[in-house]
Amino acid sequence: MRGLIAARVGMGFLTLAVISALLFFATDCLPGDVAAALLGPQATPEALATIRASLRLGEPAGLRYVHWLAAVLHGDFGRSLATGRSVVAMLRPRFQNTLALAGLAAIVAVPLALGLGVAAAMRAGGRLDRAVSTLCLLTISVPEFFIGYLLILLFSVQLGWLPSLAVLHGGMSLAQRLGAITLPTITLVLVVLAHMVRMTRAAILSVMSAPYIEMALLKGLTRGSLVLRHALPNAAAPIIAVVALNLGYLVVGVVVVEVVFVYPGAGQLMVDAVGKRDLPLVQACGLAFAATYVGLNLVADIVAMLVNPRLRRA
Amino acid sequence: MSRSAVVVAIILTAALFAPWLAPYGEAQFVGGVWDPPSVRHLLGTDNLGRDMLTRLIFGARNTVSIAGLATTLAVGLGVALGFLAAALGGWVDALVSRGVEILLSIPVLISALMVLAALGNSLAVLIATIGLLESTRVYTIARAIARTIVVREFVAAARLRGEGLVWVLAREILPNALPALAAETGLRFSFIFLFIASLSFLGLGIQPPAADWGSMVRENAPAINFGLIAPLYPATAIALLTIGVNRLVDRYLAAESRPGAA
Repeated sequence: MRGLIAARVGMGFLTLAVISALLFFATDCLPGDVAAALLGPQATPEALATIRASLRLGEPAGLRYVHWLAAVLHGDFGRSLATGRSVVAMLRPRFQNTLALAGLAAIVAVPLALGLGVAAAMRAGGRLDRAVSTLCLLTISVPEFFIGYLLILLFSVQLGWLPSLAVLHGGMSLAQRLGAITLPTITLVLVVLAHMVRMTRAAILSVMSAPYIEMALLKGLTRGSLVLRHALPNAAAPIIAVVALNLGYLVVGVVVVEVVFVYPGAGQLMVDAVGKRDLPLVQACGLAFAATYVGLNLVADIVAMLVNPRLRRA
Repeated sequence: MSRSAVVVAIILTAALFAPWLAPYGEAQFVGGVWDPPSVRHLLGTDNLGRDMLTRLIFGARNTVSIAGLATTLAVGLGVALGFLAAALGGWVDALVSRGVEILLSIPVLISALMVLAALGNSLAVLIATIGLLESTRVYTIARAIARTIVVREFVAAARLRGEGLVWVLAREILPNALPALAAETGLRFSFIFLFIASLSFLGLGIQPPAADWGSMVRENAPAINFGLIAPLYPATAIALLTIGVNRLVDRYLAAESRPGAA
Protein backbone atom coordinates (compact mmCIF):
# COMPACT_ATOMS: atom_id res chain seq x y z
CA MET A 1 0.00 0.00 0.00
CA ARG A 2 2.71 2.46 1.02
CA GLY A 3 4.80 1.34 -1.91
CA LEU A 4 1.91 2.02 -4.30
CA ILE A 5 1.36 5.51 -2.93
CA ALA A 6 5.09 6.22 -3.06
CA ALA A 7 5.16 5.05 -6.68
CA ARG A 8 2.19 7.30 -7.53
CA VAL A 9 3.85 10.30 -5.83
CA GLY A 10 7.06 9.51 -7.73
CA MET A 11 5.07 9.48 -11.00
CA GLY A 12 3.62 12.87 -10.05
CA PHE A 13 7.08 14.36 -9.58
CA LEU A 14 8.32 12.78 -12.82
CA THR A 15 5.35 14.31 -14.65
CA LEU A 16 6.16 17.70 -13.14
CA ALA A 17 9.80 17.40 -14.20
CA VAL A 18 8.78 16.60 -17.78
CA ILE A 19 6.22 19.42 -17.74
CA SER A 20 8.85 21.89 -16.53
CA ALA A 21 11.11 20.86 -19.42
CA LEU A 22 8.23 21.20 -21.91
CA LEU A 23 7.27 24.61 -20.53
CA PHE A 24 10.87 25.77 -20.70
CA PHE A 25 11.61 24.54 -24.19
CA ALA A 26 8.21 25.55 -25.58
CA THR A 27 8.74 29.16 -24.58
CA ASP A 28 12.48 29.32 -24.83
CA CYS A 29 13.42 27.62 -28.07
CA LEU A 30 12.02 30.08 -30.55
CA PRO A 31 13.25 29.80 -34.09
CA GLY A 32 15.67 32.58 -34.93
CA ASP A 33 16.64 35.39 -32.59
CA VAL A 34 14.45 35.30 -29.47
CA ALA A 35 15.29 38.83 -28.43
CA ALA A 36 14.36 40.26 -31.83
CA ALA A 37 11.18 38.18 -31.95
CA LEU A 38 10.14 39.43 -28.52
CA LEU A 39 10.90 43.11 -29.03
CA GLY A 40 9.74 43.48 -32.61
CA PRO A 41 11.32 45.46 -35.45
CA GLN A 42 11.66 48.74 -33.53
CA ALA A 43 14.04 47.37 -30.86
CA THR A 44 17.19 49.30 -30.05
CA PRO A 45 20.50 47.36 -29.94
CA GLU A 46 20.80 48.10 -26.19
CA ALA A 47 17.38 46.62 -25.47
CA LEU A 48 18.25 43.54 -27.52
CA ALA A 49 21.51 43.10 -25.59
CA THR A 50 19.71 43.43 -22.24
CA ILE A 51 17.15 40.79 -23.20
CA ARG A 52 19.87 38.45 -24.46
CA ALA A 53 21.78 38.80 -21.21
CA SER A 54 18.73 38.36 -18.95
CA LEU A 55 17.61 35.23 -20.81
CA ARG A 56 21.23 33.93 -20.98
CA LEU A 57 20.85 33.44 -24.73
CA GLY A 58 24.61 32.95 -25.14
CA GLU A 59 24.41 29.52 -23.48
CA PRO A 60 23.23 26.29 -25.08
CA ALA A 61 19.56 25.48 -24.41
CA GLY A 62 20.19 22.40 -22.25
CA LEU A 63 22.50 24.32 -19.93
CA ARG A 64 20.00 27.19 -19.75
CA TYR A 65 17.29 24.73 -18.69
CA VAL A 66 19.49 23.34 -15.89
CA HIS A 67 20.24 26.87 -14.65
CA TRP A 68 16.57 27.82 -14.89
CA LEU A 69 15.41 24.69 -13.05
CA ALA A 70 18.01 25.13 -10.29
CA ALA A 71 16.86 28.73 -9.79
CA VAL A 72 13.18 27.69 -9.86
CA LEU A 73 13.79 25.05 -7.20
CA HIS A 74 15.24 27.83 -5.05
CA GLY A 75 12.09 29.87 -5.61
CA ASP A 76 13.64 32.23 -8.17
CA PHE A 77 11.74 32.60 -11.45
CA GLY A 78 13.82 35.52 -12.64
CA ARG A 79 12.57 39.01 -13.48
CA SER A 80 9.64 40.04 -15.62
CA LEU A 81 10.68 41.34 -19.04
CA ALA A 82 7.88 43.90 -19.04
CA THR A 83 8.21 45.43 -15.56
CA GLY A 84 11.66 44.31 -14.37
CA ARG A 85 10.14 43.19 -11.05
CA SER A 86 10.75 39.79 -9.49
CA VAL A 87 8.35 37.25 -11.01
CA VAL A 88 7.74 35.56 -7.65
CA ALA A 89 6.79 38.87 -6.02
CA MET A 90 4.30 39.52 -8.85
CA LEU A 91 2.85 36.01 -8.91
CA ARG A 92 2.50 35.19 -5.20
CA PRO A 93 -0.36 37.59 -4.22
CA ARG A 94 -2.16 36.89 -7.52
CA PHE A 95 -1.94 33.13 -7.11
CA GLN A 96 -3.22 33.38 -3.54
CA ASN A 97 -6.25 35.27 -4.87
CA THR A 98 -6.81 32.58 -7.50
CA LEU A 99 -6.59 29.78 -4.95
CA ALA A 100 -9.00 31.67 -2.68
CA LEU A 101 -11.55 32.02 -5.49
CA ALA A 102 -11.16 28.44 -6.74
CA GLY A 103 -11.17 27.11 -3.17
CA LEU A 104 -14.35 28.98 -2.28
CA ALA A 105 -16.00 27.67 -5.45
CA ALA A 106 -14.90 24.12 -4.58
CA ILE A 107 -16.26 24.40 -1.02
CA VAL A 108 -19.64 25.38 -2.44
CA ALA A 109 -19.66 23.16 -5.54
CA VAL A 110 -18.57 19.76 -4.19
CA PRO A 111 -21.19 19.30 -1.41
CA LEU A 112 -23.85 20.85 -3.63
CA ALA A 113 -23.01 18.51 -6.52
CA LEU A 114 -22.97 15.42 -4.28
CA GLY A 115 -26.26 16.42 -2.67
CA LEU A 116 -27.98 17.11 -5.98
CA GLY A 117 -26.54 13.95 -7.55
CA VAL A 118 -27.74 11.74 -4.68
CA ALA A 119 -31.14 13.45 -4.59
CA ALA A 120 -31.53 13.05 -8.36
CA ALA A 121 -30.52 9.38 -8.20
CA MET A 122 -32.98 8.65 -5.37
CA ARG A 123 -35.90 9.77 -7.49
CA ALA A 124 -34.55 9.06 -10.98
CA GLY A 125 -36.94 10.44 -13.60
CA GLY A 126 -38.65 12.65 -11.04
CA ARG A 127 -39.18 16.41 -11.20
CA LEU A 128 -35.92 17.28 -9.42
CA ASP A 129 -33.98 14.84 -11.60
CA ARG A 130 -35.30 16.41 -14.79
CA ALA A 131 -34.74 19.98 -13.55
CA VAL A 132 -31.15 19.15 -12.56
CA SER A 133 -30.39 17.45 -15.86
CA THR A 134 -31.75 20.41 -17.86
CA LEU A 135 -29.62 22.83 -15.84
CA CYS A 136 -26.60 20.56 -16.37
CA LEU A 137 -27.11 20.38 -20.14
CA LEU A 138 -27.29 24.17 -20.32
CA THR A 139 -24.25 24.95 -18.16
CA ILE A 140 -22.11 22.25 -19.78
CA SER A 141 -22.51 23.54 -23.32
CA VAL A 142 -22.23 27.31 -22.91
CA PRO A 143 -18.91 29.12 -22.48
CA GLU A 144 -17.89 30.36 -19.02
CA PHE A 145 -18.13 33.98 -20.08
CA PHE A 146 -21.75 33.53 -21.19
CA ILE A 147 -22.74 32.44 -17.66
CA GLY A 148 -20.63 35.24 -16.20
CA TYR A 149 -22.17 38.06 -18.24
CA LEU A 150 -25.68 36.67 -17.77
CA LEU A 151 -25.19 36.77 -13.99
CA ILE A 152 -23.78 40.31 -14.18
CA LEU A 153 -26.75 41.46 -16.26
CA LEU A 154 -29.20 39.87 -13.83
CA PHE A 155 -27.71 40.52 -10.39
CA SER A 156 -25.66 43.68 -10.76
CA VAL A 157 -27.32 45.62 -13.59
CA GLN A 158 -31.01 44.68 -13.31
CA LEU A 159 -31.29 43.97 -9.57
CA GLY A 160 -28.27 45.96 -8.34
CA TRP A 161 -27.54 43.45 -5.57
CA LEU A 162 -23.88 42.73 -6.26
CA PRO A 163 -20.93 44.55 -7.87
CA SER A 164 -20.19 43.55 -11.48
CA LEU A 165 -16.42 43.81 -11.04
CA ALA A 166 -14.47 41.75 -8.52
CA VAL A 167 -11.71 44.32 -7.99
CA LEU A 168 -10.01 43.84 -4.62
CA HIS A 169 -8.07 46.52 -2.79
CA GLY A 170 -6.44 46.95 0.62
CA GLY A 171 -9.11 48.97 2.42
CA MET A 172 -11.97 46.51 1.83
CA SER A 173 -13.74 44.84 4.73
CA LEU A 174 -14.28 41.07 4.69
CA ALA A 175 -17.97 41.57 3.86
CA GLN A 176 -17.07 43.78 0.89
CA ARG A 177 -14.54 41.22 -0.31
CA LEU A 178 -17.08 38.42 -0.08
CA GLY A 179 -19.62 40.58 -1.93
CA ALA A 180 -17.08 41.25 -4.67
CA ILE A 181 -16.28 37.59 -5.27
CA THR A 182 -19.83 36.24 -4.97
CA LEU A 183 -20.62 36.44 -8.69
CA PRO A 184 -17.30 34.94 -9.87
CA THR A 185 -17.78 32.14 -7.33
CA ILE A 186 -21.32 31.38 -8.53
CA THR A 187 -20.07 31.37 -12.15
CA LEU A 188 -17.31 28.89 -11.35
CA VAL A 189 -19.69 26.70 -9.33
CA LEU A 190 -22.10 26.53 -12.29
CA VAL A 191 -19.21 25.71 -14.64
CA VAL A 192 -18.04 22.65 -12.70
CA LEU A 193 -21.32 21.57 -11.09
CA ALA A 194 -22.95 19.83 -14.06
CA HIS A 195 -20.28 17.23 -14.69
CA MET A 196 -20.02 16.29 -11.01
CA VAL A 197 -23.79 15.98 -10.57
CA ARG A 198 -24.16 13.79 -13.65
CA MET A 199 -21.31 11.48 -12.61
CA THR A 200 -22.55 11.18 -9.02
CA ARG A 201 -26.03 10.33 -10.27
CA ALA A 202 -24.71 7.84 -12.84
CA ALA A 203 -22.34 6.16 -10.35
CA ILE A 204 -25.11 5.66 -7.79
CA LEU A 205 -27.62 4.44 -10.36
CA SER A 206 -25.15 1.87 -11.70
CA VAL A 207 -24.63 0.50 -8.18
CA MET A 208 -28.39 0.56 -7.51
CA SER A 209 -28.97 -2.17 -10.11
CA ALA A 210 -26.67 -4.59 -8.23
CA PRO A 211 -28.28 -7.70 -6.65
CA TYR A 212 -27.19 -6.79 -3.10
CA ILE A 213 -29.15 -3.55 -3.32
CA GLU A 214 -32.26 -5.50 -4.29
CA MET A 215 -31.59 -7.77 -1.33
CA ALA A 216 -31.35 -4.77 0.99
CA LEU A 217 -34.58 -3.41 -0.47
CA LEU A 218 -36.34 -6.76 0.10
CA LYS A 219 -35.08 -6.74 3.70
CA GLY A 220 -37.21 -3.61 4.08
CA LEU A 221 -34.56 -0.88 4.35
CA THR A 222 -35.71 2.68 3.70
CA ARG A 223 -34.71 4.37 0.46
CA GLY A 224 -32.51 6.87 2.28
CA SER A 225 -30.39 4.34 4.12
CA LEU A 226 -30.28 2.18 0.99
CA VAL A 227 -28.68 4.97 -1.03
CA LEU A 228 -26.53 6.50 1.68
CA ARG A 229 -25.31 3.36 3.53
CA HIS A 230 -25.24 0.75 0.77
CA ALA A 231 -24.91 2.43 -2.64
CA LEU A 232 -22.82 5.55 -1.89
CA PRO A 233 -19.69 3.80 -0.46
CA ASN A 234 -19.41 1.60 -3.52
CA ALA A 235 -19.96 4.53 -5.85
CA ALA A 236 -17.30 6.59 -4.04
CA ALA A 237 -14.29 5.84 -6.25
CA PRO A 238 -15.70 7.15 -9.57
CA ILE A 239 -17.24 10.10 -7.74
CA ILE A 240 -13.91 11.05 -6.17
CA ALA A 241 -12.20 10.74 -9.54
CA VAL A 242 -14.67 13.08 -11.20
CA VAL A 243 -14.57 15.54 -8.29
CA ALA A 244 -10.76 15.76 -8.60
CA LEU A 245 -10.97 16.09 -12.37
CA ASN A 246 -13.35 19.00 -11.96
CA LEU A 247 -11.25 20.65 -9.27
CA GLY A 248 -8.43 20.48 -11.80
CA TYR A 249 -10.77 22.03 -14.34
CA LEU A 250 -11.62 24.73 -11.78
CA VAL A 251 -7.96 25.75 -11.66
CA VAL A 252 -8.06 26.36 -15.42
CA GLY A 253 -11.64 27.60 -15.80
CA VAL A 254 -10.76 30.28 -13.30
CA VAL A 255 -8.64 32.01 -16.01
CA VAL A 256 -11.65 33.02 -18.13
CA VAL A 257 -13.80 33.88 -15.11
CA GLU A 258 -11.06 36.14 -13.73
CA VAL A 259 -10.98 38.05 -17.02
CA VAL A 260 -14.79 38.43 -17.07
CA PHE A 261 -14.89 39.91 -13.57
CA VAL A 262 -11.49 41.69 -13.75
CA TYR A 263 -10.45 39.68 -10.68
CA PRO A 264 -6.79 40.19 -9.69
CA GLY A 265 -5.75 36.53 -9.94
CA ALA A 266 -2.96 34.54 -11.56
CA GLY A 267 -5.08 33.72 -14.63
CA GLN A 268 -5.49 37.37 -15.55
CA LEU A 269 -1.77 37.88 -14.88
CA MET A 270 -0.89 35.00 -17.21
CA VAL A 271 -3.18 36.22 -19.99
CA ASP A 272 -1.63 39.70 -19.79
CA ALA A 273 1.86 38.18 -19.76
CA VAL A 274 1.07 36.08 -22.85
CA GLY A 275 -0.19 39.21 -24.64
CA LYS A 276 3.09 41.02 -23.81
CA ARG A 277 5.10 37.85 -24.46
CA ASP A 278 6.73 38.22 -21.04
CA LEU A 279 8.35 34.76 -21.05
CA PRO A 280 9.66 34.41 -17.45
CA LEU A 281 6.26 35.43 -16.07
CA VAL A 282 4.42 33.09 -18.47
CA GLN A 283 6.68 30.18 -17.46
CA ALA A 284 6.11 30.80 -13.76
CA CYS A 285 2.32 31.08 -14.16
CA GLY A 286 2.22 27.97 -16.37
CA LEU A 287 4.25 25.96 -13.90
CA ALA A 288 2.08 27.10 -10.98
CA PHE A 289 -1.13 26.09 -12.78
CA ALA A 290 0.32 22.80 -14.04
CA ALA A 291 1.68 21.89 -10.59
CA THR A 292 -1.71 22.54 -8.96
CA TYR A 293 -3.42 20.43 -11.62
CA VAL A 294 -0.97 17.52 -11.33
CA GLY A 295 -1.13 17.74 -7.52
CA LEU A 296 -4.94 17.51 -7.51
CA ASN A 297 -4.89 14.47 -9.79
CA LEU A 298 -2.30 12.87 -7.52
CA VAL A 299 -4.45 13.43 -4.42
CA ALA A 300 -7.47 12.03 -6.26
CA ASP A 301 -5.66 8.82 -7.20
CA ILE A 302 -4.39 8.30 -3.65
CA VAL A 303 -7.79 8.97 -2.08
CA ALA A 304 -9.40 6.60 -4.59
CA MET A 305 -6.88 3.91 -3.55
CA LEU A 306 -7.65 4.47 0.13
CA VAL A 307 -11.41 4.36 -0.41
CA ASN A 308 -11.56 1.29 -2.64
CA PRO A 309 -9.74 -1.76 -1.20
CA ARG A 310 -9.73 -3.44 -4.61
CA LEU A 311 -7.45 -0.75 -6.08
CA ARG A 312 -4.84 -1.29 -3.33
CA ARG A 313 -3.68 -4.60 -4.71
CA ALA A 314 -3.83 -3.60 -8.37
CA MET B 1 -35.29 18.03 -39.37
CA SER B 2 -34.67 18.46 -35.68
CA ARG B 3 -34.23 21.88 -34.12
CA SER B 4 -30.51 21.33 -33.55
CA ALA B 5 -30.03 20.40 -37.22
CA VAL B 6 -31.83 23.64 -38.25
CA VAL B 7 -29.62 25.74 -35.94
CA VAL B 8 -26.41 24.15 -37.19
CA ALA B 9 -27.57 24.45 -40.83
CA ILE B 10 -28.36 28.16 -40.40
CA ILE B 11 -24.95 28.85 -38.88
CA LEU B 12 -23.15 26.87 -41.60
CA THR B 13 -25.09 28.74 -44.30
CA ALA B 14 -24.13 32.05 -42.71
CA ALA B 15 -20.50 30.90 -42.61
CA LEU B 16 -20.48 29.79 -46.26
CA PHE B 17 -22.29 32.74 -47.81
CA ALA B 18 -21.32 35.55 -45.40
CA PRO B 19 -20.39 38.20 -48.02
CA TRP B 20 -23.74 37.72 -49.83
CA LEU B 21 -25.92 37.48 -46.73
CA ALA B 22 -24.47 40.25 -44.60
CA PRO B 23 -26.30 43.59 -44.96
CA TYR B 24 -23.07 45.64 -44.51
CA GLY B 25 -19.28 45.17 -44.77
CA GLU B 26 -17.32 43.21 -42.15
CA ALA B 27 -15.52 46.26 -40.72
CA GLN B 28 -17.81 49.00 -42.04
CA PHE B 29 -18.83 51.75 -39.61
CA VAL B 30 -22.53 52.34 -40.14
CA GLY B 31 -24.00 53.84 -36.98
CA GLY B 32 -23.42 55.07 -33.44
CA VAL B 33 -21.95 53.09 -30.55
CA TRP B 34 -24.38 50.40 -29.36
CA ASP B 35 -27.41 51.73 -31.24
CA PRO B 36 -30.55 49.83 -30.20
CA PRO B 37 -32.06 47.34 -32.67
CA SER B 38 -33.91 49.04 -35.52
CA VAL B 39 -35.11 48.28 -39.04
CA ARG B 40 -31.72 49.28 -40.47
CA HIS B 41 -29.77 47.33 -37.84
CA LEU B 42 -31.81 44.33 -36.72
CA LEU B 43 -29.56 43.59 -33.73
CA GLY B 44 -28.26 47.13 -33.25
CA THR B 45 -24.63 48.17 -33.59
CA ASP B 46 -21.45 47.19 -31.73
CA ASN B 47 -18.85 49.04 -29.66
CA LEU B 48 -17.45 50.84 -32.74
CA GLY B 49 -20.76 51.42 -34.54
CA ARG B 50 -20.59 48.38 -36.83
CA ASP B 51 -23.71 46.39 -37.64
CA MET B 52 -24.06 43.58 -35.07
CA LEU B 53 -25.84 41.15 -37.43
CA THR B 54 -23.15 41.65 -40.09
CA ARG B 55 -20.41 40.99 -37.55
CA LEU B 56 -22.22 37.85 -36.35
CA ILE B 57 -22.48 36.50 -39.92
CA PHE B 58 -18.82 37.17 -40.72
CA GLY B 59 -17.92 35.89 -37.25
CA ALA B 60 -19.56 32.56 -38.11
CA ARG B 61 -17.35 32.37 -41.20
CA ASN B 62 -14.08 33.09 -39.36
CA THR B 63 -14.73 31.08 -36.20
CA VAL B 64 -16.24 28.02 -37.90
CA SER B 65 -13.58 27.81 -40.62
CA ILE B 66 -10.70 28.08 -38.15
CA ALA B 67 -12.29 25.54 -35.79
CA GLY B 68 -12.90 23.29 -38.80
CA LEU B 69 -9.26 23.44 -39.92
CA ALA B 70 -8.00 22.74 -36.38
CA THR B 71 -10.46 19.83 -36.06
CA THR B 72 -9.28 18.37 -39.39
CA LEU B 73 -5.68 18.53 -38.19
CA ALA B 74 -6.53 17.07 -34.75
CA VAL B 75 -8.58 14.20 -36.15
CA GLY B 76 -6.20 13.42 -39.02
CA LEU B 77 -3.13 13.31 -36.82
CA GLY B 78 -4.83 11.63 -33.87
CA VAL B 79 -6.41 8.89 -35.97
CA ALA B 80 -3.22 8.23 -37.98
CA LEU B 81 -1.06 7.92 -34.85
CA GLY B 82 -3.72 6.02 -32.89
CA PHE B 83 -4.18 3.45 -35.68
CA LEU B 84 -0.42 3.05 -36.14
CA ALA B 85 0.12 2.56 -32.40
CA ALA B 86 -2.69 -0.03 -32.22
CA ALA B 87 -1.53 -1.93 -35.33
CA LEU B 88 2.20 -1.90 -34.63
CA GLY B 89 2.14 -2.18 -30.82
CA GLY B 90 5.54 -2.63 -29.15
CA TRP B 91 7.86 0.33 -28.74
CA VAL B 92 5.96 2.59 -31.19
CA ASP B 93 2.81 2.25 -29.10
CA ALA B 94 4.70 2.71 -25.82
CA LEU B 95 6.58 5.78 -27.06
CA VAL B 96 3.58 7.63 -28.53
CA SER B 97 1.29 6.68 -25.64
CA ARG B 98 3.71 7.95 -22.96
CA GLY B 99 4.19 11.19 -24.90
CA VAL B 100 0.44 11.68 -25.18
CA GLU B 101 -0.04 10.92 -21.46
CA ILE B 102 2.39 13.68 -20.55
CA LEU B 103 0.65 16.18 -22.84
CA LEU B 104 -2.71 15.14 -21.37
CA SER B 105 -1.43 15.87 -17.86
CA ILE B 106 -1.16 19.59 -18.67
CA PRO B 107 -4.43 21.54 -19.02
CA VAL B 108 -4.93 22.41 -22.72
CA LEU B 109 -5.50 26.10 -22.00
CA ILE B 110 -2.19 26.37 -20.14
CA SER B 111 -0.23 24.60 -22.92
CA ALA B 112 -1.89 26.76 -25.56
CA LEU B 113 -1.08 29.96 -23.64
CA MET B 114 2.59 28.92 -23.36
CA VAL B 115 2.90 28.25 -27.08
CA LEU B 116 1.07 31.45 -28.04
CA ALA B 117 3.39 33.43 -25.73
CA ALA B 118 6.41 31.94 -27.46
CA LEU B 119 5.30 31.98 -31.10
CA GLY B 120 2.86 34.87 -31.17
CA ASN B 121 -0.77 34.48 -32.19
CA SER B 122 -0.84 34.27 -35.95
CA LEU B 123 -3.67 32.20 -37.45
CA ALA B 124 -1.26 29.43 -38.54
CA VAL B 125 0.18 29.11 -35.02
CA LEU B 126 -3.31 29.13 -33.52
CA ILE B 127 -4.60 26.36 -35.79
CA ALA B 128 -1.44 24.23 -35.49
CA THR B 129 -1.29 24.55 -31.69
CA ILE B 130 -4.93 23.69 -31.07
CA GLY B 131 -4.87 20.91 -33.67
CA LEU B 132 -1.78 19.32 -32.10
CA LEU B 133 -3.03 19.63 -28.51
CA GLU B 134 -6.48 18.25 -29.28
CA SER B 135 -5.03 15.41 -31.39
CA THR B 136 -3.88 13.82 -28.11
CA ARG B 137 -7.55 13.37 -27.12
CA VAL B 138 -8.39 11.91 -30.54
CA TYR B 139 -5.34 9.63 -30.30
CA THR B 140 -6.49 7.93 -27.08
CA ILE B 141 -9.93 7.25 -28.54
CA ALA B 142 -8.72 6.17 -32.01
CA ARG B 143 -6.16 3.81 -30.43
CA ALA B 144 -8.76 2.27 -28.12
CA ILE B 145 -11.17 1.70 -31.02
CA ALA B 146 -8.48 0.29 -33.33
CA ARG B 147 -7.21 -2.11 -30.65
CA THR B 148 -10.58 -3.85 -30.55
CA ILE B 149 -10.57 -4.19 -34.36
CA VAL B 150 -6.91 -5.26 -34.83
CA VAL B 151 -7.51 -8.53 -32.99
CA ARG B 152 -10.45 -9.60 -35.18
CA GLU B 153 -10.10 -12.44 -37.71
CA PHE B 154 -10.49 -10.40 -40.90
CA VAL B 155 -7.47 -8.25 -39.94
CA ALA B 156 -5.39 -11.39 -39.33
CA ALA B 157 -6.63 -12.75 -42.68
CA ALA B 158 -5.60 -9.56 -44.51
CA ARG B 159 -2.18 -9.68 -42.90
CA LEU B 160 -1.73 -13.33 -43.85
CA ARG B 161 -2.73 -12.46 -47.44
CA GLY B 162 0.34 -10.23 -47.35
CA GLU B 163 -1.42 -6.85 -47.40
CA GLY B 164 0.77 -3.89 -46.40
CA LEU B 165 0.31 -1.86 -43.22
CA VAL B 166 -1.29 1.12 -44.95
CA TRP B 167 -3.81 -1.12 -46.75
CA VAL B 168 -4.78 -2.83 -43.48
CA LEU B 169 -5.20 0.53 -41.72
CA ALA B 170 -7.18 2.16 -44.51
CA ARG B 171 -9.27 -0.75 -45.82
CA GLU B 172 -9.82 -3.00 -42.78
CA ILE B 173 -9.61 -0.85 -39.66
CA LEU B 174 -10.88 2.55 -40.86
CA PRO B 175 -14.29 1.42 -42.24
CA ASN B 176 -15.07 -0.42 -38.99
CA ALA B 177 -13.98 2.51 -36.83
CA LEU B 178 -15.85 5.11 -38.88
CA PRO B 179 -19.11 5.49 -36.88
CA ALA B 180 -17.28 5.98 -33.57
CA LEU B 181 -14.78 8.33 -35.19
CA ALA B 182 -17.57 10.39 -36.76
CA ALA B 183 -19.11 10.97 -33.34
CA GLU B 184 -15.70 11.85 -31.90
CA THR B 185 -15.09 14.34 -34.72
CA GLY B 186 -18.36 16.12 -33.94
CA LEU B 187 -17.59 16.34 -30.22
CA ARG B 188 -14.01 17.41 -30.91
CA PHE B 189 -15.27 20.17 -33.22
CA SER B 190 -17.51 21.60 -30.51
CA PHE B 191 -14.65 21.44 -27.98
CA ILE B 192 -12.21 23.14 -30.34
CA PHE B 193 -14.78 25.73 -31.37
CA LEU B 194 -15.48 26.60 -27.72
CA PHE B 195 -11.77 26.65 -26.98
CA ILE B 196 -10.98 29.06 -29.83
CA ALA B 197 -13.88 31.25 -28.71
CA SER B 198 -12.40 31.32 -25.18
CA LEU B 199 -8.92 32.20 -26.49
CA SER B 200 -10.37 34.97 -28.64
CA PHE B 201 -12.35 36.19 -25.65
CA LEU B 202 -9.06 36.40 -23.72
CA GLY B 203 -7.70 38.51 -26.61
CA LEU B 204 -5.23 35.80 -27.63
CA GLY B 205 -7.07 34.10 -30.50
CA ILE B 206 -8.32 35.60 -33.74
CA GLN B 207 -7.13 39.21 -33.94
CA PRO B 208 -9.11 42.37 -34.87
CA PRO B 209 -10.48 43.75 -37.11
CA ALA B 210 -11.60 40.25 -38.26
CA ALA B 211 -14.99 39.48 -36.74
CA ASP B 212 -15.21 36.38 -34.59
CA TRP B 213 -17.65 35.49 -31.86
CA GLY B 214 -15.17 35.23 -28.98
CA SER B 215 -13.56 38.63 -29.60
CA MET B 216 -17.01 40.15 -30.18
CA VAL B 217 -17.98 39.15 -26.63
CA ARG B 218 -14.80 40.77 -25.36
CA GLU B 219 -15.20 43.99 -27.37
CA ASN B 220 -18.84 44.45 -26.40
CA ALA B 221 -18.46 43.39 -22.76
CA PRO B 222 -18.51 46.96 -21.33
CA ALA B 223 -22.05 47.40 -22.73
CA ILE B 224 -23.35 45.08 -20.03
CA ASN B 225 -22.78 47.80 -17.42
CA PHE B 226 -25.28 50.01 -19.25
CA GLY B 227 -27.83 47.21 -19.16
CA LEU B 228 -27.33 46.40 -22.87
CA ILE B 229 -27.23 42.83 -24.06
CA ALA B 230 -24.70 43.40 -26.89
CA PRO B 231 -22.12 40.83 -25.66
CA LEU B 232 -24.85 38.23 -25.22
CA TYR B 233 -25.57 38.04 -28.99
CA PRO B 234 -22.19 36.48 -29.91
CA ALA B 235 -22.14 34.50 -26.63
CA THR B 236 -25.56 33.05 -27.49
CA ALA B 237 -24.36 32.20 -31.01
CA ILE B 238 -21.43 30.28 -29.48
CA ALA B 239 -23.74 28.44 -27.10
CA LEU B 240 -26.25 27.60 -29.87
CA LEU B 241 -23.63 26.07 -32.15
CA THR B 242 -22.08 24.03 -29.31
CA ILE B 243 -25.43 22.73 -28.08
CA GLY B 244 -26.57 22.06 -31.65
CA VAL B 245 -23.49 20.01 -32.58
CA ASN B 246 -23.58 18.08 -29.29
CA ARG B 247 -27.23 17.16 -29.75
CA LEU B 248 -26.66 16.08 -33.35
CA VAL B 249 -23.87 13.77 -32.16
CA ASP B 250 -26.15 12.36 -29.45
CA ARG B 251 -28.88 11.62 -31.99
CA TYR B 252 -26.38 10.06 -34.37
CA LEU B 253 -25.04 7.79 -31.61
CA ALA B 254 -28.56 6.83 -30.54
CA ALA B 255 -29.42 5.94 -34.14
CA GLU B 256 -26.20 3.93 -34.54
CA SER B 257 -26.76 1.89 -31.39
CA ARG B 258 -30.36 1.04 -32.26
CA PRO B 259 -30.71 -2.65 -33.12
CA GLY B 260 -31.05 -3.15 -36.88
CA ALA B 261 -28.98 -0.08 -37.76
CA ALA B 262 -26.34 -0.81 -40.37
